Amino acid sequence: MINLLILPIIIPFVAAVILIFFKKDIVVQRWISIIAAAGGLAVSIILIRTVYNEGIQTVNLGSWEAPFGITLVSDMLSALLVTATSLITLCCILFSFRSIGKERESSFYYPVVQFLVVGVNGAFTTGDIFNMFVFFEVMLMSSYVLLVIGGTKIQLRESIKYILVNITSSALFVIAVAYLYSIVGTLNMAHISQRIAEVDQPAILTVLAVLFLIVFGLKGAIFPLFFWLPGAYYAPPAPIMALFGALLTKVGVYSILRTYTLFFYHDTGFTHELLTILSLITVVLGSIAAIAYKDMKKIVIYNIIIAIGVITYGIGAMNADALTGSVFYLIHDMLIKAVLFLLVGLIVFITGSTDYTKFSGLIKHYPLLGWSFFISVLALAGIPPLSGFVGKILIVSGGFSKGDLVGALIILMSSLFVLYSLMRVFINGFWGDPSGSMKKPELKIGSMLFPIIILVISSISYGVFSEWMNMYITQAVEVLIDPTVYIDAVLGNAQAP
Amino acid sequence: MKTNDIILQTVTKIVSFIILMFALHIFFAGHNNPGGGFVGGLLTSGAIVLLLLAYDIKTVANSLPIDFKITVAVGLLFAVGTGLGSFLFDVPFLTHAFGELTIPILGELHLNTAVLFDIGVYLAVVGSTMTIIQTIGEGE
Repeated sequence: MINLLILPIIIPFVAAVILIFFKKDIVVQRWISIIAAAGGLAVSIILIRTVYNEGIQTVNLGSWEAPFGITLVSDMLSALLVTATSLITLCCILFSFRSIGKERESSFYYPVVQFLVVGVNGAFTTGDIFNMFVFFEVMLMSSYVLLVIGGTKIQLRESIKYILVNITSSALFVIAVAYLYSIVGTLNMAHISQRIAEVDQPAILTVLAVLFLIVFGLKGAIFPLFFWLPGAYYAPPAPIMALFGALLTKVGVYSILRTYTLFFYHDTGFTHELLTILSLITVVLGSIAAIAYKDMKKIVIYNIIIAIGVITYGIGAMNADALTGSVFYLIHDMLIKAVLFLLVGLIVFITGSTDYTKFSGLIKHYPLLGWSFFISVLALAGIPPLSGFVGKILIVSGGFSKGDLVGALIILMSSLFVLYSLMRVFINGFWGDPSGSMKKPELKIGSMLFPIIILVISSISYGVFSEWMNMYITQAVEVLIDPTVYIDAVLGNAQAP
Repeated sequence: MKTNDIILQTVTKIVSFIILMFALHIFFAGHNNPGGGFVGGLLTSGAIVLLLLAYDIKTVANSLPIDFKITVAVGLLFAVGTGLGSFLFDVPFLTHAFGELTIPILGELHLNTAVLFDIGVYLAVVGSTMTIIQTIGEGE
């Protein structure tokens, strides 16, 4: 079907619109959201198979030919990311049933979650730089609502900061697109890439590359632009936090990955070096902050920042190994951050405290919860059979083969900090005499643990079957290394005027 | 002391209809002249806001018994529906169709499915503007 790749955007959109009609009827809302999320997941898996068998899929919206209309492009990278997004959304919606509360559910929580997915999937799929901006806004508007929904004091305070930062960065995005348009005269990403290779103005393009790095760095939280993230992600309840931590920053990283491989490869000595340095500082600062706090939410939040640094380091290294590693690590990190936020949410639900020194012995009463937490911490740190290993080892080997000894070692060292920061939580919170975690008879966590188990299993199998995943990821990286594949798929053989 | 705003209310009765007509004109002119769903929607909500100024929220809600949040959803359905039509004909999403249609009283018309999309924009704009204004107006 010609419109297959648009279905992951359309299904949540239609679901969101229908959900608006059922504001009061919470049961109907839950069913529609689940059906839509499951449908989105099924469609995106079909999409992966289609892209794998038939190459990059494109659709020219409104039947306007490639550089003139909006083109949606689904290569393997975006298909994989869309699938991960759909899986995470499904699990977060399942988790919301017990944890989000009637009041939020009856004030448009589920429609807004669906709109968030529209934005994220759209940003992953679009082939037009201004359309990407629009999908960024769809995503951000929904995230503003999700951040403030419920209206507690901390949420109101943090959403003001969050909205201010994001409005500024969106304005910068528009300015950057305007500059780009005035130089190359087109908005289609494949066509931009072609034109950039033709126009002989490396200096202004390098400026643009840095401007885009600032824009996407603000969305994706790299040093020195991550100042807004710890507060903003601390405020909302667990399922919303999981959606934010797993999806929002990763869209920024995807955009850096896309623009730095498709557009700005003419002066890698400056731009990619800058990206490498910034991401190393991000990793170091994130590591310091992750071990500085005793608050579980804060620890996981700073682990997001470390992971962002690791992925962008791989993009900065810009060789086949490092890019493969980045893609591996990007998908792994989406899954595992969703797991961790949901787990932290569940622990807070049981113990009523975000400080891990306030309780202990959780594993006596909640063994399954304890072992899921243990496995996901190991996966996050990158212990071999689990999912974080392949990505990180490839990024490190990419760093070494580029000759960047210090950088690669910093990436390796950061794993220790990651492991230490969360293993502390495991040792203090789960071991020892049960205190502050006494089993409350009315507290049944089975249905809340279920989505977590799904995500943990998919994360484990992502690591164990990485050889099998590698088929897909190799195909994704081919496009990143060689932009002509992308350009040919979008523009065809017809030479654009 | 209750002020007597009979002049305002009388003028509003006439002017709001003129504004509504102008909004419709702007809406349908959109294809060939400046205008379209967005301005048309804003003008329509301008007319309703004038009613809100001259009367009060309850009176307007009684004479226009519309839940504007639903209006937004209906508008979005229109917009996405014109796109989904393309699934039936197996052409790329949002491909618009047009043609000459002969309708008994109006004669031959050049009709375009882009108008349906524009109706969606119109409804969404009216709905969101009115939702904002009514919510702020009702808030204590």
